[in-house]
Amino acid sequence: MNGLLSSSTQQKHSRLDVQRIREDFPILRRLVYGKPLVYLDNAATTQKPRSVIEAMSSYYEHTNANIHRGLHFLSERATEQYEAVRSKITKFLNAGDRCEIVFTRGTTESINLVASSLGRLLLKAGDEVVLTTMEHHSNIVPWQLICSATGAKIRVAPVNDDGELCLDAFERLLNPKTKIVALTHVSNALGTVNPVQQVVRMAKAVHATVVVDGAQAVSHLAVDVQQLGCDFYAFSGHKLFGPTGVGVLWGRAELLDAMPPYQGGGEMIRTVRFESSTWAKIPHKFEAGTPPIAEVIGLGAAVDYVLHVGYAAIAEHESALRDGATRTLSSIPGVRIIGNAHDKAAVISFVLEGVHPHDIGTILDREGIAIRAGHHCAQPLMERFGIAATARASFAFYNTRAEVDALAAGVQKVIEVFS
Amino acid sequence: MKVAPELRELYQEMIVDHGRRPRNFRKIEGASCQAEGFNPLCGDQVKVYLRCTDGRVGDASFEGRGCAISIASASMMTEAVKGKSREEVERMFDAFHRLLTEEHVVPAAELGKLKVFAGVREFPSRVKCAVLAWHTLKAALTGTQETVSTE
Ligand SMILES: Cc1ncc(COP(=O)(O)O)c(C=O)c1O
Repeated sequence: MNGLLSSSTQQKHSRLDVQRIREDFPILRRLVYGKPLVYLDNAATTQKPRSVIEAMSSYYEHTNANIHRGLHFLSERATEQYEAVRSKITKFLNAGDRCEIVFTRGTTESINLVASSLGRLLLKAGDEVVLTTMEHHSNIVPWQLICSATGAKIRVAPVNDDGELCLDAFERLLNPKTKIVALTHVSNALGTVNPVQQVVRMAKAVHATVVVDGAQAVSHLAVDVQQLGCDFYAFSGHKLFGPTGVGVLWGRAELLDAMPPYQGGGEMIRTVRFESSTWAKIPHKFEAGTPPIAEVIGLGAAVDYVLHVGYAAIAEHESALRDGATRTLSSIPGVRIIGNAHDKAAVISFVLEGVHPHDIGTILDREGIAIRAGHHCAQPLMERFGIAATARASFAFYNTRAEVDALAAGVQKVIEVFS
Repeated sequence: MKVAPELRELYQEMIVDHGRRPRNFRKIEGASCQAEGFNPLCGDQVKVYLRCTDGRVGDASFEGRGCAISIASASMMTEAVKGKSREEVERMFDAFHRLLTEEHVVPAAELGKLKVFAGVREFPSRVKCAVLAWHTLKAALTGTQETVSTE
């Protein structure tokens, strides 16, 4: 992959060669309804580079075996490859130790694990869990479940008209009963990047544990959990150009150690007796059953790919796409962009006067343009803005300026259909 | 700019018009029956109100929010069912459903203007939008208390 940086701008370093990158993603060549695919639904899931697809098929062709169990050659190779990805993720997040990396099925499972297990460790009746209005349902419902089991209460920090977290109001919610703060790093519906470091500083003043939903962050920005200062960080492989069915939970070792297991089964035990069992050390205590081995290996390849492209180059390219799309779309009469955070990822939510987002989605689809239309699993946030749904274009580093123009032309077509 | 023919077929003038200016978009005070429908996938909601006399729909209305297809369908449904008996309404829904989901159906005569929804068949993900109001109407007629869900 040495040719990713265009030769003329090598020294500028952060330029990426989009055409070159697109060749690494087989699906981007396909047609949809006879038109070139314009894939702008990256917040839902990202496309996969050939290296990820090949890492997984190569694993199945040459190495497939269960891990941590067999004494045989294949099992040892598979275990090595699987555990090597754990080390890779440790570096990727700048975690303190590889025992702090738990593989899960995805962000949803990661958050459910923390909510259930940390919740049982920390929460009692009257305690409080602070969330924000912009959370994805998967960072709301698991907390509701554990709160109703423990008698703890949920408090919600508001967002302002630009879709930014109101830090003052957030701070006012904090008190000695606040045991957990859970928030998203980047909003899937609006693109808002939350000031996690500041949130952590405030939360630590009341000794609250901070859980960060990183599902939408990892494809856009470099994450350093020690710099963020949070206690847990969750993300999904499939939103990071890796496979579905795998995710990561990073947690501080001392907390993971103290937390009760989430699921019981093979792999997570030390000894099993019918009277009682003892648990394996972390991270294995939280990895019950046969994990998604091929998917973990695919995730490793995805991390390699992203790091090779480089977050500096990604940031530069994506801000240009975001700014271009913002300008182009807002110049169309009737278009209103929802979410104008100062710090914003390349995610553009918009509404069009007199046209429901679903109808926008259907018409764009026939142009080969894939966007998401709906509430984006963030109903409380939609309510906050007094709307039922938005149309959302979410970009990745393989998107181009020409695709932004295709989107704008598509929106013009929507207007034509409804005029 | 050329708009694809199947899109023209879907977003016919009549559908766009009813989507924009829905008829019978109001509450019936003292309705003899009513029901609520919800599409959890998109958050669209509809409430259908009926006043029935002598086993016939005397008045029908709706409130709610949704895409052009779901609002137009609700609007045209409330027009179509007025004066119909419960059996006639059920037959009409049945014919409407077949029109949207089955290939090569000859639209039943009783569908009347509702034939304009034939274009929805090309868009399987949008069938739910077109039938939400009808499912809700059926629930109102059968006195179902729970919110109707498309899922
Ligand atoms: C902010 C956010 N959190 C959590 C999730 C859930 O991720 P997954 O469905 O991969 O578990 C998503 C995915 O849509 C998301 O955008």
